[in-house]
Amino acid sequence: MKRVPMERKVLSENDRIAAELRAAFQQHGILSLNLISSPGSGKTSLLERTLERFGSDQRVAVLTGDIQTDNDARRLARAGFPVKQISTGGACHLDAKMVERALSDWPLEEIDLLLVENVGNLICPTSFDLGEACKIVVVSVTEGDDKPLKYPSIFLKSDLLVLNKIDLLPHLPCDIAQLRKNALHINPEIDVVEVSCFTGDGLESWTEWLAARRQSVEVA
Amino acid sequence: MHEFGIANSILDAVRAESQLRPDVMVRKVGLRLGEASGVDPDSLGFCFDALVQGTDLDPLTLEIEMAPLRHACPRCEREFEVTDFDFSCPTCREPRTVRKGGFELDLAYMEVEEP
Repeated sequence: MKRVPMERKVLSENDRIAAELRAAFQQHGILSLNLISSPGSGKTSLLERTLERFGSDQRVAVLTGDIQTDNDARRLARAGFPVKQISTGGACHLDAKMVERALSDWPLEEIDLLLVENVGNLICPTSFDLGEACKIVVVSVTEGDDKPLKYPSIFLKSDLLVLNKIDLLPHLPCDIAQLRKNALHINPEIDVVEVSCFTGDGLESWTEWLAARRQSVEVA
Repeated sequence: MHEFGIANSILDAVRAESQLRPDVMVRKVGLRLGEASGVDPDSLGFCFDALVQGTDLDPLTLEIEMAPLRHACPRCEREFEVTDFDFSCPTCREPRTVRKGGFELDLAYMEVEEP
């Protein structure tokens, strides 16, 4: 038996398309964000609250991934911005090819901010680069304060942690200070915001974070 | 279960390589898998075997070598394995260190049988 070196990435095809997407986003000055969470953490609600706050002059577009149905796209389209559903038909994550296909008939020169809502899953989407500027992980406080310790990969790879459903804290054993501490233990660089998409509490901290990121793209 | 898709990508790569060398039989493929890659090695092995069975590549086997989470210190230049997500440098205690590895999902080698 003879050993032959290979030295290639398993997801080289995904990485190639993601690199093309990233270059296209940079060329058009688009900030692309990849939102990842467990099912039901509130990604769609966060996007709804975000889009509601934008004036109609904002050049925002949304891609939303699910295994089945276009329910999320219909929810998000109410805000009047371009929204497209990516139905993966069983796949537990979005990949770069799906994003490329979804964007193929959208004029990129008319977009400044692309929000990509991944399939609800805290593991699989972590491995697939979608050409985004950064990943954002959303965790609801109902999921327990040890979530970052159980699923470290996504926390290591994310720039921002959005802690959602803080209005429920009085009814839960979740220790939000401990949750923060656990997230910062895994990734000392991660930014953290606390919000309730239901009451609207804390949403300014999220929109401020977003505005700062958008500004950094414009300057670059 | 993204391990099925990943196992499939490994087989695609092996097929592409074996087309370049039609005279050899690929018997084993070696994968370097980062411990923070988010891919479960047991699940990947299960999917790989299921996909190989009964195909032209049967009895190809997968060997997984785990790659630990590694950081390097910008101050004293020590490279170290991160344990329990303590990213500070074990030598000089510099708290801000740089990621060096642990996210790999790389095909490292194939073992082939030549005629």
